[in-house]
Amino acid sequence: MTRKRLEGRLRKKLNRRFGEAVNVTVEGKIVRVSGTLSCWDDIIEACSMCVTRIPGVHVVNDIILEGADIPRMRIPGFTDHALEGRTPDVLIIGGGISGSSIARELGRWKVDVLLAEKEADLALQASGRNDGEVHPGVDLGRGTLKQRYVVRGNRMFDKVCKELDVPFRRCGQYVGFTGKAALPVVRLYVWHRKYICGIKDTRIISGRELKKREPKLNPRFQFAMYNPSAGCVCPYGLTIAYAENAAENGAQISLNTAVLDMELQNGRIKAVKTNRGTVYPKLVINAAGVFAEDVAAMAQDRFYSIHPRRGTNSILDKKAGSLVKSISSIKTLAKNTSHTKGGGILHTVHHNLLVGPDAVETYEKENFATNQSSVDAVFKKQKQTAEELSEKDIITYFTGVRAATFEEDFIIGRGRRTRNLIHCAGIQSPGLTTAPAVAEDVAKLAVHMLGGEGKIERNTEFSPVRKGIPRVRELPLKERDRLIRENPDYGIIVCRCEEISKGEIIDALKSPIPVPTVDGIKKRVRPGMGRCQGGFCMPLVTQIISEYTGKAIEDVKKSGEDGVISFGRTKEVQP
Amino acid sequence: MTVYDVLVIGGGPGGLAAAIAAKKEGARVLLIEREARLGGVLKQCIHDGFGLLKFGERLSGPEYAERYEEEFHELSIEYKLQTFVTSVRKTEDIFHVYAVNDKGIREYQTKTMILATGCRERTAKQVFIHGTRPAGVFTAGTAQYFVNIMGQMPARRCVILGSGDIGLIMARRLTLEGAKVLGVYEAKPAPSGLARNLVQCLEDYDIPLYLSHTVTRVFGAGRLTGVEIAGVEGNMKPVPGTERQVECDTLILSVGLIPENEMAESLGVPLDPATKGPFCDNQFMTEAEGVFSCGNSVHVHDLADYVSESGETAGKAAASYKKKKRNRIPIQTDASLQYLVPQRLDADSDLSSVILYFRSREILEEGILTVTVDGRTVFAKKYRNLKPPEMKRLKIDFERAGLTGESRIRVCIAKGGDTR
Repeated sequence: MTRKRLEGRLRKKLNRRFGEAVNVTVEGKIVRVSGTLSCWDDIIEACSMCVTRIPGVHVVNDIILEGADIPRMRIPGFTDHALEGRTPDVLIIGGGISGSSIARELGRWKVDVLLAEKEADLALQASGRNDGEVHPGVDLGRGTLKQRYVVRGNRMFDKVCKELDVPFRRCGQYVGFTGKAALPVVRLYVWHRKYICGIKDTRIISGRELKKREPKLNPRFQFAMYNPSAGCVCPYGLTIAYAENAAENGAQISLNTAVLDMELQNGRIKAVKTNRGTVYPKLVINAAGVFAEDVAAMAQDRFYSIHPRRGTNSILDKKAGSLVKSISSIKTLAKNTSHTKGGGILHTVHHNLLVGPDAVETYEKENFATNQSSVDAVFKKQKQTAEELSEKDIITYFTGVRAATFEEDFIIGRGRRTRNLIHCAGIQSPGLTTAPAVAEDVAKLAVHMLGGEGKIERNTEFSPVRKGIPRVRELPLKERDRLIRENPDYGIIVCRCEEISKGEIIDALKSPIPVPTVDGIKKRVRPGMGRCQGGFCMPLVTQIISEYTGKAIEDVKKSGEDGVISFGRTKEVQP
Repeated sequence: MTVYDVLVIGGGPGGLAAAIAAKKEGARVLLIEREARLGGVLKQCIHDGFGLLKFGERLSGPEYAERYEEEFHELSIEYKLQTFVTSVRKTEDIFHVYAVNDKGIREYQTKTMILATGCRERTAKQVFIHGTRPAGVFTAGTAQYFVNIMGQMPARRCVILGSGDIGLIMARRLTLEGAKVLGVYEAKPAPSGLARNLVQCLEDYDIPLYLSHTVTRVFGAGRLTGVEIAGVEGNMKPVPGTERQVECDTLILSVGLIPENEMAESLGVPLDPATKGPFCDNQFMTEAEGVFSCGNSVHVHDLADYVSESGETAGKAAASYKKKKRNRIPIQTDASLQYLVPQRLDADSDLSSVILYFRSREILEEGILTVTVDGRTVFAKKYRNLKPPEMKRLKIDFERAGLTGESRIRVCIAKGGDTR
């Protein structure tokens, strides 16, 4: 189709729906949608209408949302010169699963890697706010990047998690169907996935077989699609582990570091301005999640748009853990309007249940506030998966924001106009599953762009193995006893719900990328993750951080700089 | 290996009283406490009002605990501090208790166990407060720990949700420390705390109490910047359209306590959904042979004095425990009671002075509690001002009630002065 014809066709479509309010132009491989609309959902609809199936063509959203104040990216409240003048070979923007895994894979080469993360810790956005499912990839269309990477990524998980000392469980996934009528269609679907898409172990099991494996699921399930390769992992645990291994192999991980601007010269990024100084990288990798489009714009290479999509998950008490031992969900044949499979129930590596997520379009990239309506909607649906599911078992809930492109696929590859740039963008589900494979490819591409194997040497000292903090409660009695005799702090239990010792907390404070905040410790060793949500242990963790770092109690924060827990000593605080 | 007669888990008021009572009966006793000091939550309860019933004096929490600790030490009872029980399993008639401390992990063996594990606070998420996750949202007990144990100020401008006793006490405590308490919001149409605390903690300090109101959202990225308050209707659901925002830096929650019974559950002890504690008999033995429970892990008490009382009963009974076939008579209640403890009588025990603890489901200006055995009224008592927040205690002589194994015991409260 010629550019003109495509443009005409899209314009006609848009015109019918939105009149003169919206316009579209096709510029090379960019479909640019512009105009003004007053409702965000309309903008999503307009841009989605312009999605083509032509490879490499992306929709860029230039529609102005009338009357809305779209929040700017949150950046650290301070500046310094810690990175001023730094000239890394590679600057990775973003400390989520993509950036961290790429940093680690680059460690196999003698390249100087700097990773900039704007938040006070790694995995604070999408990578820390998802359900940790390692997808089998059964629900992905053939020919997408997602599909290409998911099978390979899934297979790598056993090895990667073993190397990085991260708990991983191949718990399997069941998708239950209540009507026998769907069986022929599902059979065909499974056949296609198995023989065409390469999900070799997917299969259909009978209702009876399902009942044997997961007795508490909906008794009306007639049959289920079973994917034994599905698994679960702690998503922020994996991200932190990747980043720690990267750091151990020489990468510099710079937290609280936001990229603010770029200077280009002859189609190359020359300088990158951050709140911690200007750096001069040879190559930039854009792994900025929901802000990938903003980074692309700074690099004058914006050829796609991100439309954020919120999802909320509830975490249930371990006591409810026996309800579902795998990942289970119900499939209703009504057409799914959202872009996810509508959530499910997942038994985590820590034996809680995760219920969700839902999918809601939003223009707020960093609004992680939860809403009761999301929790209610998810529970309403998932009670059809397992009747006994109860809101009473909820211990907490969280919201994440997916970084979706309008094509709903990843964008992985070189910049189009800017030559020393790699995009790793549009990474949403199954981005956690694909990360190990994507990281390998992006690292290879980076090495190639830096001059190839002829110029870049292998790092012979690279160690893929990271030794994590011992999970003392899981050790056999003898081993646990031995460990306590070596270090008595492993015998002092601080968090009673999750049975976390002082020793583990101090280990987290000594870890390669220490984040001495209550949340930083919580993410690394789990005090406060249990049913009392830190009611008992939070003051104790605060005290341990204070003792270890030498900071006053009032200087120990919950998360970032503004997360003040205590205002100071009693009698000394001015109201 | 030593086999103890009684192993008490928890060194708060319940556990201390239980250990003392068991020791006085001549039992070999071990008490395991997970914190570094005995006393449980009393350590942080520096307000007075403890011991009025027990000692006829107004003591502070630490003073009250000290009385028991002194006696505990005088009796040279064995104890382990900063020791955490990780698991318990039972073989034949022996419990194997695995506990970890800074020396390592050790097994202790005992014939009976008394679970005195107390309770925990309900959290913001359990009452479905939504919004962001800022610092500055504390349960009342956590805030109390900061102020009273650590000497730290967690609040300047503060909203309190829930009129439970700890919330009321923290309203006063924070006011005395110079914080501004903007108000106490209670979702129910009536306050949850004791009447004396409403007067002494709120009225005396001009802190407003808003009934039928709740907090629905919190705001703020780093530290809390405000909360959303909404009116509540009869079904306890916020009323749309009544929301308003209140600027504050702290939200304190006093929205209920939950007995801690994870260990009991691991031992297969059945729990009463009404109390969230084990079903117990008048000796405070649970449905599991040799497993006793006392204090706030059985049901949430309003006064520490009653916690100690239940500990004493459990300790004494555990010391003279013998395995036998139980002959238990359930005590049935109807909807007029929120709950009643004990839920069973051990027909073979001394029933001459059985203590019953109960809470009325509704607020009643006048009510009559009757105990019937096979339809015969064996006990009746008139009450004025029955309120769910105030636990009531009764002593009944069941020896003269002519109980048999098949007897049906019923307890109910009738409105007004009508005895039928």
